[in-house]
Amino acid sequence: MGEKKLMKGNEALAEAMIRAGCDAYFGYPITPQSEVLEYLSREATQRTGMVLIQAESEVAAINMIYGAAGCGKRVMTTSSSPGISLMQEGLSYIASAELPCLLANINRGGPGLGTIQPAQGDYFQSVKGGGHGDYHLLVLAPNSVQETVDFVKLGFELAEKYRTPVMILSDGAIGQMMEKVELFPQMERVADRGYPWQTTGKPINGERRYITSLHIQPEKMEEINRRLQAKYKKMQEEEVRYQATLIDDAEYILTAFGLVSRICMKTVQLGRAKGIKLGMIRPQTLFPFPTKQFAEIAPKIKGILDVEMNSGQMVEDVRLAVEGKTRVEFYGRMGGVIPTPDEILEHFEKTFL
Amino acid sequence: MSQEVLEQTNINTTEENICIRENLVYERPSTLIDIEMHYCPGCGHSTVHKILMEVVQELGIQNETIGVAPVGCSVFAYHYLDVDMQQAAHGRACAVATGIKRVLPDKYVFTYQGDGDLAAIGTAETIHAANRGENILIIFINNGIYGMTSGQMAPTTIPGMVTTTSPYGRDVVTQGHPLKIGELMALLPGVCYITRQAVNTAANVRKCKKALKNAFEYQKRKLGLSMVEIVSNCPSNWKMTPVESNKYVENTMIPFYPLGDIKVPEVK
Ligand SMILES: Cc1ncc(C[n+]2csc(CCOP(=O)(O)OP(=O)(O)O)c2C)c(N)n1
Ligand code: SF4
Ligand SMILES: [Mg+2]
Repeated sequence: MGEKKLMKGNEALAEAMIRAGCDAYFGYPITPQSEVLEYLSREATQRTGMVLIQAESEVAAINMIYGAAGCGKRVMTTSSSPGISLMQEGLSYIASAELPCLLANINRGGPGLGTIQPAQGDYFQSVKGGGHGDYHLLVLAPNSVQETVDFVKLGFELAEKYRTPVMILSDGAIGQMMEKVELFPQMERVADRGYPWQTTGKPINGERRYITSLHIQPEKMEEINRRLQAKYKKMQEEEVRYQATLIDDAEYILTAFGLVSRICMKTVQLGRAKGIKLGMIRPQTLFPFPTKQFAEIAPKIKGILDVEMNSGQMVEDVRLAVEGKTRVEFYGRMGGVIPTPDEILEHFEKTFL
Repeated sequence: MSQEVLEQTNINTTEENICIRENLVYERPSTLIDIEMHYCPGCGHSTVHKILMEVVQELGIQNETIGVAPVGCSVFAYHYLDVDMQQAAHGRACAVATGIKRVLPDKYVFTYQGDGDLAAIGTAETIHAANRGENILIIFINNGIYGMTSGQMAPTTIPGMVTTTSPYGRDVVTQGHPLKIGELMALLPGVCYITRQAVNTAANVRKCKKALKNAFEYQKRKLGLSMVEIVSNCPSNWKMTPVESNKYVENTMIPFYPLGDIKVPEVK
């Protein structure tokens, strides 16, 4: 049993980062996630000697990540929507150069400077690439403080397993809420991970290493692309995570990720109390998406209501997955407005019953 | 090497004896990979690569050095420099180098950047790495032009200089003034060494090499950030022969960008 504490989402995330033996964090303040850098500033270097820099911008932060990740170190950054937009160039380079790193987006309402309230408008940006070129982040979507902590550990492991950038897509509410959380024990920082590709100085009896995303020959660049795509395919086969609730006898499925999934759970209860056979599927990985799971359940049910705090983004992946085999409808609130369980149920009844 | 330069260096060479050991003026350091470079004939980039790697060889730090290549003509520096390298996004070399140096504080870290990379798109990363006093070396190739993208105006293009985006000559009223970023950075306490050098003559090449060596020594002593600015040429986009371009460096660039130390460490 790990240590139990009552913690704010962002602080728990920072604590998990320290405990995961993270070597370096580079970040820039932005609401609603500034607590991460603040907490680390109080705790990190003193406890584990971890490197910490408040960068001059998110552009710089993500490129510091590139440099340190290229030395084979366990590295992380966090930000919120406008800052994540600034990181897209760096993420594209990191994905192409196949460097492992973890980042968290504590999503706030947009577009533009938007609002500091929680939102899910960055789904497309997170799961479809975000920067230029054909690449994906592996995207984990926690719906609690506990899962945020668990996903920090898992996120580092997946990043290193696949040599890929991993994103925790959370939101302002999960970042700011206080919940009970069980923390995993402190892990040792690894002095040298010994990756053959890490640039830590040319080995005395070996070849020099270089990290690049530049491949002028189209055939070579295609080969790199094929390698990336093969990796994404493997993730699709091996890393899909989702939570299914009351789906066995369900006639209708609610689907939502992150914060909204907690609200939808209440809607399922309210519906069941009224005799409506509601079930729920919550993708925990947004990329890779639980496509197969939706495809399997589609012919057995009467419909899916997808609920998001945006104008309808994940719903496109749900529709692609079910290939028209069941009716898929959408309900969303935008700009930082959080829907209520009753509001969702009312919309469901109006749409399907 | 032109006849003029040979005469300057007082080497008594004939067609017969130019190959003998005593007259050897060029040797490839073992730290420079033996493949053909993509640089245009007469380009300063190749000279700087050579002396940089001579310094790395002479200091015996090949296995402890990590370089960062920019986006610019020297993007492929990692094909030539036989040390571990990372290729950074355009302008981000100093941020990448910061990430490397902070997790490997005992290694030698350098960036190699052009003027567009360092002083336009990467100004923020450069200034802030300097201001944090990152213990890194910036090798800054100032050729007053965007070489790689074939000759547009750079932040360092001198007034009146013709480029493809200043076809009537740089007009400072509408296109701004050349950025003397070395002088700017010298004001920052995190910076220990700023010097401006050139590689247009054999004498300047030797001085430049010395400056690079100094910078690595200061890095070893953890004195802060060093920058060796090298006033260089771009014969292809300046539309000149290599010899003409070296004269242009001498007669037009250097008067605007005077050579010499701009800041040296207080504790020697
Ligand atoms: C984000 C981005 N913008 C623009 C470019 C195009 N680009 C490549 S190199 C370059 C300028 C390079 O000039 P400089 O840094 O002076 O290097 P030089 O080639 O002269 O050595 C530009 C604008 C790019 N690769 N990336
Ligand atoms: S374009 Fe200019 S800077 Fe680039 S290699 Fe050719 S001469 Fe050198
Ligand atoms: Mg240039």
